[in-house]
Amino acid sequence: MPSPPNSYCKGFLMHASLPDANTLIVQLADVIAPALTPDTLIVGIHTGGVWVAERLHALLQCSQPLGTLDISFYRDDFSRIGLHPQVKPSNLPFDLEDRAILLVDDVLHSGRTVRAAMNELFDYDRPASIRLAVLVDRGGHELPIRPDFAALSITVPDHRNINLSRLDDGHLTLTLA
Amino acid sequence: MNPQLSQDGRLRHLLTLDGLPRAIITQILDTAESFMDVGEREVKKVPLLRGKSIFNLVFEPSTRTRTTFEIAAKRLAADVVNLNIATSSQTKGEAILDTVDNLSAMHADMFVVRHAQSGAAHFIAQHVAPHISVVNAGDGRHAHPTQGLLDMFTIRRFKGEFHNLTVAIVGDVLHSRVARSQIHALTTLGVPEVRVIGPKTLLPTGVEQMGVRVFHDMEAGLAGCDVVIMLRLQNERMKGARLPSSQEYFKFFGLTPEKLALARPDAIVMHPGPMNRGVEIASEVADGPQSVILPQVTYGIAVRMAVMAMLAGTGNA
Repeated sequence: MPSPPNSYCKGFLMHASLPDANTLIVQLADVIAPALTPDTLIVGIHTGGVWVAERLHALLQCSQPLGTLDISFYRDDFSRIGLHPQVKPSNLPFDLEDRAILLVDDVLHSGRTVRAAMNELFDYDRPASIRLAVLVDRGGHELPIRPDFAALSITVPDHRNINLSRLDDGHLTLTLA
Repeated sequence: MNPQLSQDGRLRHLLTLDGLPRAIITQILDTAESFMDVGEREVKKVPLLRGKSIFNLVFEPSTRTRTTFEIAAKRLAADVVNLNIATSSQTKGEAILDTVDNLSAMHADMFVVRHAQSGAAHFIAQHVAPHISVVNAGDGRHAHPTQGLLDMFTIRRFKGEFHNLTVAIVGDVLHSRVARSQIHALTTLGVPEVRVIGPKTLLPTGVEQMGVRVFHDMEAGLAGCDVVIMLRLQNERMKGARLPSSQEYFKFFGLTPEKLALARPDAIVMHPGPMNRGVEIASEVADGPQSVILPQVTYGIAVRMAVMAMLAGTGNA
């Protein structure tokens, strides 16, 4: 049996109240900190993953610039649903060759977004390693992709969604829809 | 209903910028922005159009447009087939559709059409099966929408906004499909003042109805401009009675450093190419610090990638 990811909370989600996202990010940073090497590059996946990555980047006092990925050009459902109407540029202001990457997303569900992100990273260069940090691992994986770090692991029925939203003042909120 | 849009309002074909909603134009420009860095990666491709077949139907000679469409399609990981189809004045509509039917039977997903006849791309778009998209890469005097879009992308990159600009289009507007596409895009994007400058014989009658101000004098027309777009003077026009000589044309309507100095000091100079140096533009201007003619070519790849990606992603290609 594989070892569980480093995670603070586990359980089965019974109701719509979710922990405070801002507190979860601090807990996530605490879990990541001992494993983070100084040359690790943090890369957030648009849009929610970038918000989480920005916070982690500050909390972990990372000296490297922050990278962002928009995986719209790598989605496996492109031919079914088309191009996302608001694609943002990916921005990786560093050389990835032989570097350790910490890939950050808000919610891990099927794993397809992470697969697309890894494909995109490899089109830039060949990193030495990629580890995955997510705020919430909600189950429902469809690919052999598991987080290395997760602040919250819960099981959510397939027909429901966990969304991260950001207010104008930067406050992050998790909601179950 | 706009034949370019699907029932849910997404881009289905790209045939003309006339009547294309502002939101779609803006989406194309935004998407192109995201494609800009693909050319600088280790792997200069994204896998969006993997397994799709795009046919470049070149009925009229073209170097730049055909090449940038080909590069754009390849950077989207599509398979590209270029067909240079020699045409004669005898070519009938049936012959074109036979060609299209044969290529459709080879499982084409998209046609990029360049043709000397106005309306050729529309004609093909009306004929193809629902899963096939058509891009107009220039049809007669009618439209050259991707050129118009890459010009808008260039203006936005250098000027940031459209709502405060004065843009002049100079030269042979009468025969220019590029000018028509530019005028439609500029007015749709909210440019408050679009000017056309040229001799009476090279401006279409009633061009004012497209929402432009008409000037027959370069000095007056260039004053205060933020963007100066020069059009190619096609040499074959000299044979008619429209112009006395290319030297005479250059004297009155060629863009020289002295004339450019009448525009705003930070004005940019654009040209869709190929240029006639010493006819519509002086080399000092074409190669000068205000020229953005070569960036236009580079941006053309990202803009064509955006158009093809949006078309292929309508859910049916």
